[in-house]
Amino acid sequence: MIRIENLVKHYGEVLALDGLSLNVEPGVVYGFLGPNGAGKTTTMRILSGLARPTQGRAWILDQEIGQVGTDVRKLIGVLPEEPAFYTWMTAREYLRDFTAPLYGIEKSEASRRAEELLETVGLAEAGKRRIGGFSRGMRQRLGLAQALVHRPKVLLLDEPVSALDPSGRKEVLDLIETLRGEITILLSTHILADVERVCDVVGIINQGKMIIQAHRDELLAGYALPIIEVEGNNGTAGWVELFEHLPCVENIQVTNATARMLVKDVISAQKELLKTIVNSGIAVRRFEIVRPSLEDVFLQLTHRETKSD
Amino acid sequence: MFRTLISKEFLEQRRTSKVLVMFIVFFVVGLISPLLAKYTPVLLRMVPDLPADFAALIPEPTLTDAIGQYLKNANQFGILLVLVLTMGLVAQEKERGTAAMLLIKPIRRSSVVLAKWAASMGVLLASLVIAATACYIYTALLFEPLPVGEFALLNVLLWAYLSVYLTVALLASTLARSQTMAAAGAFGGLVILLILGAIPRVNDFMPGKLLEWGAQVVLGGDKSYWSALIACTALVGLMLAVACLRFEREEI
Repeated sequence: MIRIENLVKHYGEVLALDGLSLNVEPGVVYGFLGPNGAGKTTTMRILSGLARPTQGRAWILDQEIGQVGTDVRKLIGVLPEEPAFYTWMTAREYLRDFTAPLYGIEKSEASRRAEELLETVGLAEAGKRRIGGFSRGMRQRLGLAQALVHRPKVLLLDEPVSALDPSGRKEVLDLIETLRGEITILLSTHILADVERVCDVVGIINQGKMIIQAHRDELLAGYALPIIEVEGNNGTAGWVELFEHLPCVENIQVTNATARMLVKDVISAQKELLKTIVNSGIAVRRFEIVRPSLEDVFLQLTHRETKSD
Repeated sequence: MFRTLISKEFLEQRRTSKVLVMFIVFFVVGLISPLLAKYTPVLLRMVPDLPADFAALIPEPTLTDAIGQYLKNANQFGILLVLVLTMGLVAQEKERGTAAMLLIKPIRRSSVVLAKWAASMGVLLASLVIAATACYIYTALLFEPLPVGEFALLNVLLWAYLSVYLTVALLASTLARSQTMAAAGAFGGLVILLILGAIPRVNDFMPGKLLEWGAQVVLGGDKSYWSALIACTALVGLMLAVACLRFEREEI
């Protein structure tokens, strides 16, 4: 449904995309993950026609992006990061009188569709208010509504829930889940918990390159190193220096009360860590082997990529 | 699709009060021009201790003065208004991010530019109708009725004249990435046209000749400046083509 081959994008001296390739199957919710500056938004902008690649090709629904005579915009819905609207228009006007006609939707259907979408995204009561008075979260919801007006086959969502409060995020993620199977969704986000929740496939990008692309569960099973969490009685001062040089510890993150360590082998790490704890006289409240999360995989893979550079 | 874009432009001009500003300013221009022509000599004669010989030199105002004032005021205020109200049309959309929201929809980019131009030209025409009506009424009251057909032709030429500056501003707005740069470009374009208009032979093709032609038509002269009209039309077409081409290729 969405295919990208060796996409390269230069902005002057800056290399934003460095041979990115990805493939999104029909009906799938694809989580596009990466640290800031990895190239996610650049990819979205190229797919939605706002930017042109320096090299490489991309297709949506078998139509090549940027090819003369094709216009995939009729078939896709796009929610850019931080959507901007005409502040002097009402939300209803924006959907019914502006967006819908641009997709060739007839007046009566446009009116019906606008009301349906305002209801769906929780803006029914704010429909007659001018967008200039909307909060960021309301604009985000309106952005989602305008992306769905024409019932697209593909949705490109760039940070769709970043501006929303927890209940708003839940509503939008619930909506995305209802679309699973009907629409192919490429969702770019920093919020790993959301990817874990709604995405079938995860692609992790770093420094303009795809690091890994796999089904969510395969990723967790195949790429996540085990994690051991240790919680101290008296804080964690000095723990980084104590544990990071141990051969079994791949990576350590420390908060005020807890150290979270990625380890290569759980059995040998248990022995080594417990020995170190006993020898150093640290008072420990909890020592636990935890299930790695997508965040752990993400940090591990992007850290590994950065180190190898 | 073009109808939707142009409707949006008209609605925006209304909701942001641009239409109101244009209508009010042009109404005042139309109203005040014959008034100024008529009463400026009267005000001059009222200057205290003005020598009688001097007072005798002040000519009686005529229809020519009324037309001259109208053209002068419409020129000055018209150029300023079209530049200020047009120069942000595209640049502002790019700066605010609404251009991106527009271009993710299946529209031709050139339609966006052309819709903005057409809507602005429409508002300008309506403003000139208001100015012309006010000027016609007061000129008839204070002097004598103007010949209707010829006065209408003068205003068409005035519309053509201001359309050149409107298109300059729109081109600057399309080329620039910010409103500040658009403003610089628009006023830079104005200066270039004014300089070219002062060069002999070259000025035969410049917009200023359209105003001369308009004045000639109303006051019974027989000179025409088709070369200026053709050149200005071609210039407007060229600027629109450049603006559309630029916007088609630009990364937003």
